[in-house]
Amino acid sequence: MSETPAIEAEGLVKHYGKTKALDGLDLTVGQRTVYGLLGPNGAGKTTAVRILATLLRPDGGRARVDGHDVVAEAAVVRRTIGLTGQYAALDEYLTGRSNLVMVGRLSRLTTRAATRRADELLERFGLAEAATRAVKTYSGGMRRRLDLAASLIGHPSVLFLDEPTTGLDPSARALMWDIVRELVADGTTLLLTTQYLDEADQLADRIAVIDGGKVIAEGTPTALKASVGGQRVLLTLAEASDIAIAVKALQPFAAGSIIPNVGNRLLEVPVIATDGLATEVLRALDAAGVRVSDIAVRSASLDDVFLTLTGHAAEAADEDDDKAELAEEAAV
Amino acid sequence: MTAATLSAADLTTGRGSLAQFLNDVWVLTKRSIARIRREPETLSEVTIQPVMFVLMFAYVFGGAIAIPGGGNYHEYLIGGMLGMSLAQTAPGTAVAVVSDMSTGLIDRFRSLPMSRAAVLTARTIADLLTQVIGAAVVAGVGLAIGWRVHTGPGDVIEAFALALLFGYAFTWAGVCLGMVLRSPEAAQQTGFIIFLPLTFISSAFVPTQGMPGWLQPIAEWNPMSSLAAACRQLFGNPNPAALVDAWPAQHAELAVICWSLGMLAVFAPLAVHLYRNKGR
Repeated sequence: MSETPAIEAEGLVKHYGKTKALDGLDLTVGQRTVYGLLGPNGAGKTTAVRILATLLRPDGGRARVDGHDVVAEAAVVRRTIGLTGQYAALDEYLTGRSNLVMVGRLSRLTTRAATRRADELLERFGLAEAATRAVKTYSGGMRRRLDLAASLIGHPSVLFLDEPTTGLDPSARALMWDIVRELVADGTTLLLTTQYLDEADQLADRIAVIDGGKVIAEGTPTALKASVGGQRVLLTLAEASDIAIAVKALQPFAAGSIIPNVGNRLLEVPVIATDGLATEVLRALDAAGVRVSDIAVRSASLDDVFLTLTGHAAEAADEDDDKAELAEEAAV
Repeated sequence: MTAATLSAADLTTGRGSLAQFLNDVWVLTKRSIARIRREPETLSEVTIQPVMFVLMFAYVFGGAIAIPGGGNYHEYLIGGMLGMSLAQTAPGTAVAVVSDMSTGLIDRFRSLPMSRAAVLTARTIADLLTQVIGAAVVAGVGLAIGWRVHTGPGDVIEAFALALLFGYAFTWAGVCLGMVLRSPEAAQQTGFIIFLPLTFISSAFVPTQGMPGWLQPIAEWNPMSSLAAACRQLFGNPNPAALVDAWPAQHAELAVICWSLGMLAVFAPLAVHLYRNKGR
């Protein structure tokens, strides 16, 4: 790749008091790609985005956006980027349009260009009807869309989306996904953080899994899912069936260790999804004389990825992260 | 969507940094004014409150307050009321700053290619405009209760200019307060704790002569007393501070200018410094 990467980070370190939010984070994001940072609360995702968006100074390491250093050339970087944080960065008392025009004017657009661009974005994000209403009357989904519009008004070439759909209901989330896909089609480079594996899966070209302020796995969604066993088959056995026999019969399908729950007669089998898998599982169990009262297939969750990649559950990481987040809040 | 759809005519990047600063201040000042237009009750601090204070002091406490050297208490009151009404917008400034800081809006501003000093400057200019309204309200209610000016227009203009300079200096103190506190409630409380003694341990409502000996120097050196004395002198109203020996009582106008410029010199750079380093 002879082209300058859109985002490059080398060994980023950030402390909040004694808590290490980032512990040597490396990242390379190609131009016009969507890159997902996946990790539990407090893994360091937000800290990474805040450093790349020039809001925080790293304690160690360096980062460049479009080839410009985020510390030494922060002013240049700010002309290139757009940022949508976890909390809608809007003036509650202004109308949707006034918010966009304000951000446009502060992004060095003329009043005429800012107004034209605001109307274009309001139309595109389905907010034209609500344009003249104060933002405090907006729903959660509308706020997120307006917030995203605000980060686009200055025509950024690199866009940071920090947990764009956390707290949204499924339909609002689907709408956000559509918008994000359109952005990609427009050629914007996107760095998005998320706690949801399916979101990263849906949107990202590449994913970095972050834990404890470091990248612990990196690759395309397909490769990552395959490495942890992309799906889980959940089986409830009938009363008379022997769990040990069932586990033995399921071993050829398992992409990881089978987790039995003897009391509830439940088995959880990590698998790599293929067509007709459920049928084959049932056939194998039937041949072994095991009777099944219920079967379900679900996607690998973030917890599964974490358990496999780190050996500890996401909850344990959560606690550390709560600490990191508290420290972060205290520092802000 | 991409940068290619922007033409040079759509951008203001060709401007110098001063022009950029003024543009950003103007855009953000308009934002604060729009807020006032939508929620006029945020102005109650400079509209309803001063009216209540003037009426209460004029008709409830005033009768019990003797003015050394004689004179009408209603005329005495307005000089002090001006200072109180303008300085007490500072906690409001602090609350507005904390609120902005606690939302993501400031992060957005800090990620934009805009002037860093503009956010705070715009806040203080919007608050200066509310103070102009506050001064007009105090003058209006003053005239209604019998306050009169016995000097020329030059002196009156000077008095209001001094009061606004004084108020503007307090606004920057309010910005600093908002920058170091965590919640709007804390800003409100802290503002109250600072401004209540600042207002009442002064000659704003009662002459310092009636205070205990140990308290008198504190009240005499209180900037609020200097402003009250300067305004009374310029309006030709009863000014018992003229009978006090302390330097700020004898040189009230100069004292107001020194206090105001001193506060601006300390708090404005401090506020910008705090803003730049916030959460870094």
